[in-house]
Parts: sequence; structure tokens; C-alpha cells
Amino acid sequence: MSTTSEVAPVATAAPAPASAASPADSAHALHLLHELVRIRRFEERCAELYRAEKIRGFLHLYIGEEAIAVGVIQALGPEDAIVSTYREHGHALVRGVSARAVMAELYGKQEGCSGGRGGSMHLFDVKTRFYGGHAIVASCLPVALGLALADHMQHRKRVTACFFGDGAVAEGAFHETLNMAALWRLPILFCCENNLYEMGTPLASQHSETKLAAKAAAYRVPASAVDGMDVEAVERAAHEAVQAIRDGKGPQFVEFLTYRFRSHSMFDPDQYRSRVEATEWLQRCPIKTFTARLRERAALDDTSMATIEAEVLREVDDAVAFAEAGTWESVESLTRHVYSSGGASR
Amino acid sequence: MTTYREAMREAIRVAMKSDERVFLMGEDVGQYGGCFAVSKGLLAEFGPERIRDTPLSELSFVGAGIGAALGGMRPIVEIMTVNFSLLALDQVVNTAAALLHMSGGQFNVPLVIRMATGPGRQLAAQHSHSLDGWYAHVPGLKVLAPATLEDARGMLPTALADPDPVIILEYTRLYGLEGDLAADAGAVPIDRAAVRRAGTDVTLVTFGGMLAGTLTAAEQLARDGVSAEVIDLRTLRPLDDATILASVRKTHRAVVVDEEWRSGSLAAEISARIMEGAFFDLDGPVGRVCGAEVPMPYARHMEEAALPQVATITQAAHALVGR
Repeated sequence: MSTTSEVAPVATAAPAPASAASPADSAHALHLLHELVRIRRFEERCAELYRAEKIRGFLHLYIGEEAIAVGVIQALGPEDAIVSTYREHGHALVRGVSARAVMAELYGKQEGCSGGRGGSMHLFDVKTRFYGGHAIVASCLPVALGLALADHMQHRKRVTACFFGDGAVAEGAFHETLNMAALWRLPILFCCENNLYEMGTPLASQHSETKLAAKAAAYRVPASAVDGMDVEAVERAAHEAVQAIRDGKGPQFVEFLTYRFRSHSMFDPDQYRSRVEATEWLQRCPIKTFTARLRERAALDDTSMATIEAEVLREVDDAVAFAEAGTWESVESLTRHVYSSGGASR
Repeated sequence: MTTYREAMREAIRVAMKSDERVFLMGEDVGQYGGCFAVSKGLLAEFGPERIRDTPLSELSFVGAGIGAALGGMRPIVEIMTVNFSLLALDQVVNTAAALLHMSGGQFNVPLVIRMATGPGRQLAAQHSHSLDGWYAHVPGLKVLAPATLEDARGMLPTALADPDPVIILEYTRLYGLEGDLAADAGAVPIDRAAVRRAGTDVTLVTFGGMLAGTLTAAEQLARDGVSAEVIDLRTLRPLDDATILASVRKTHRAVVVDEEWRSGSLAAEISARIMEGAFFDLDGPVGRVCGAEVPMPYARHMEEAALPQVATITQAAHALVGR
């Protein structure tokens, strides 16, 4: 399970570049690490705040899977769009939705990125073209299809990146969407975050073909499988796929092999995964392995690591303070946003 | 002379000519010309990009309509029939209707979904649904029920101008409805019910495919000395309570005619609203003439027995009026 080639049934990402890094490369690598740590610490704080009952509802943590959001979103420009799932804190943060706005949303405050109407599963942000935050498994795929169709019909060179999990691949919407995306050659990057469990049921109990990229390939969508724990491998694969889309080659599918380090949601006692398996995957923690690699390249030392941690801590503290200071929307506006006119529903 | 079908087609054509963002997408809308021939000829006029045939993937092409609306287009998505719309309910209810709200007002969905609906053609249990009330149940949607040529022509442009998702229910038994339509017929308001016939003894509230039968019943009632007022709801969500209540306050009696299954029907909602809004104006309980609670049978006489008929409407009115 540890190399790209072993998890690549259809195509293989290019090999890693040589270890000698230019200053620009080093700065970029530190940026990637900063983003990984940023999601991790933000969500660790979320878990604490959930136990403190500051955050309620469902809370699905992305811890362990951070390299996918960080790597993929490097390949997108501000004109591109993202559609995601209910495990989307990481995607939102990397995309540029502020930690303040995300945390305030988790608190249910009106300063949140969805005005407190959405919560953890429904983060939205029009400024960064972040189209949510969809909590019916696979429902984000048709929406991404339509965004890409609009770009195609209006002759805009934009890419829509759609994130979803292995569970979505069992849904009809996945198959319908892949078929139409290929049929109409639409500019979509399908990012399958395969964390091996559809909530509590393992991949092999859900899929007759467990190489999910093979299913996409069956719809004639070029597909590859990549180590989703390796932020640089993810970034390379995303750049290649996005370039292919921008070159007019139609939709691309990348399966990212990953592992959720926390339970499915805060309600999940997590009794279906073996300790041995979890321990093995923990060795492949994207932060741990990337940190080790950067130290090997002499691109990271204790001081720069401490700086990253301090900056992230400051940002998370600030986000929590912002959320704490946030305000509750008046219940008098309960029926706002049901219709654009603002009128109450009859 | 024009037909309901032609009025719909003209509405689509004019909308597409006047706004580049408008396109039609659905099963068999292109080469076939639409299952009910509504889009016949439009492919030749507008081409396959804008008269877009889709695979049989209701869930995803409705979702694609939502995404395209978010991306700046003004899609008209045709679902062949209401029966098949059940395959797309997730996108309609969980996404189209909820997106504006769950995004805190950031993302509205200017999407129009058209679907053929209604029983009466011996199409049995899986092709005869009336689920108007299901859609009308959902906040965030607007639901239109054109029952006249003017509304067939005029509701679509108003729906397309709306910033939020609008469902247009097209009643299959009305597609062949013929009549004169003014040369300058165009957009109509969608916020008011219409009094289609004035009367003083009883209010018959109906919509869509039951309007014609209800008007026929009103004529018969008139011959029998009962003056019935007929209200065509036109818009099923939001409901125009004011028009219904004003009529009931005048006639003091109401019968709701609705071919849906009675339990949990729109008729139930209207009856409750009359009770809430005009209870002390009523001279008797609100009556309901609804579909029988049975999956639609195939045999003609059985299907007729399952649906409101002119005779069952007049009987209900006579019983309420007491003569």
C-alpha cells in the first residue's frame, strides 16, 4: 500500500523530482506544510470544542486526509470552482475561506461563512467560488457537472473540482455524472478521496471492483490512482489533470488513497477498524512523512517548524476568539433565505 | 387557434431567442422533439448545445441544471413525467430548494423544471401519479400548475425571470387543449389564484388537470340552481390564501377538487387553511373530492372510479349546499 505504483491500477503519477530544491521550491514546500498543519490544528481544536459543546450537530473531521485538499487546490486558480462534501473544512480553509468564517459557522454564528444556517456540513463562500458543503453522499457530483456545463456553454476556460469519497462511487449519481461528463467532455476534475470506509463498512464489502479509478476509466474518463498521503504526489497529479482539462481533454479522475485518522463523525465509536491497520496508516501521516522528507532535503529545521506551529496556533486561537465574539442571528429573520425576495414561505 | 402544447413551445422559443443563457435539457427533447412533442422543431432552430438531449439520468441532469444555474445559465430542465421525477427528488429537495438557505443567502438557483403530470390515460400505477402536493410541501420551491392556454404561454417567462427554483407541472390531458390565444400573449403573474367562474352558493377550489372538469360541474350545478364559484389555484406554492378565503367568506361553503390521493394532499392543506382563516364564515364542513387511495389501476372503468369525475364533484356540492 505504500507506493504510488501499487495503488495505481490505471495510470501512475510522475516520479518525484530530485531532492535538491531551489529556494522557490523550498518556500512552496513550506507553504504546503503550513497548510497541512493548519488544517490539522484547526480540526483538533474543533474536536475539543465539540466536546465542550461549542460545536454541535455532525462534525466530520478530515484529519489524516489533509494532503488531498492541500495538494489539489494548488492546481486551481481563483476563477475555478470547488464543490465538496460534508467533510470539507480542509477544502474550505485551503481554498481561502478564512479560519474565522469557518469557525464562526461551526459555532452557528451569523458571522460564519454560511451565516450560521449551514454548520459544519454546509460551508459555502461565493467569493472563492466554494460551492459547498453537500451532505447527501454523491449529491455534489451533479452540481459540479452543471457548473462545468455552464463554463462549457459560455466558452469559459475554467475548471470545476469536485471532491467526494469512496462511498459516493456506489451511488447512482456518480455513474450518471461520470457518463455525462465524458459524453459532453466537460471541464471537471473528479477527486475521489478513498479512505477505505463508507462510514463503517470497508471498501471490499461495498464494491465489486475496489480499484475505483477503473470505474471512472470505464466511462472513458482518464483516471489515475495516487498516494493521497503524499502532498507532493497529490499536487503533481492534480497539476497534470488540471492541465489536461485546460488543454480541452475533458474530465479527469484521480483516486487518492488515504485514511481517516478520526472516527467518521463525533458520534461514531469507531469499532470497525483494527488497531494494526490504523497504526500502519498513522506511520504514513501526511504531516509526519512530509516533515521527514523536508528535513532530509534540509528544507526544514526546528526553527521553521516552530514558526509554522506558532503561526497556525495564532490563527486558530484568533478564529476561536472571533467565533466566541460572534453574534446570534435574530429569530425574527428565521424565514430569510428561503426565497431570494426574502419573503416568508406560504 | 393554438394548443396548450404549442403555447408551451412558443414560450420556450421566445425565451431562448431573447436570452442566450436559456437552454432546454432533458430526455428526448432534441431529435425526438419531446415525449409530448412540446420541443418539436426547436432542435433545428437552436441546435444541440441549447436543445440538449440527456441520457436517462434524471438525478444528475436535474443536478446539472442546478449547477448550470449557479454558473450563470438559465436552464429549463424537462423531466419526461412526474413519475420519473422521483429519481431526481434528492437534487430537487436537498439541493435546489435548500441551497439558498444553507449558504446563508449566497447561492440562489434560478432553475426551471418542467414535468408532465397527471392521470387519465390508462397508464396504470407507475405512469399516472399526481404528486403536486409533494412538491408544494417544500419551502424554497415555487410550484406552478398552468391549466389554461394563457398560463401555458405565460408562466414560463415569469418562472425564468425568478431567481429561485420553479417547478412547472404540465398536465398531460391538457396538451391537446385548443383555443384562441392573443397574438401578444406573454408573461403572466404567478402570485395570484384566478376566479375562473363567479358564483354565490359554493366555492370549488381546484387546479391543473381538474379545472376543466370542475368548470363542467359548475355549469351542471347552475342548471340545477346552484351557483358555484370556481377558483383555479394556478400557483401551488406559495398558495394565494387571500383569493380562496375571500371567496369562501362570500359563498360560506367550499369543496376542494384534487386528483391526488386524499391523505396528505394539497386538498388537505387548503381545507385546513380555510378552517384556520374562515371558520366562522362557513355554513358547513369543507368538502374534498380526491383520488381514491389506490395505485392507479389500468382498466378504464377502474381508473375512472379512482379519479374525481364531474358527477362526484356535483354530488359533493349538492350535499354541502343541501339542494
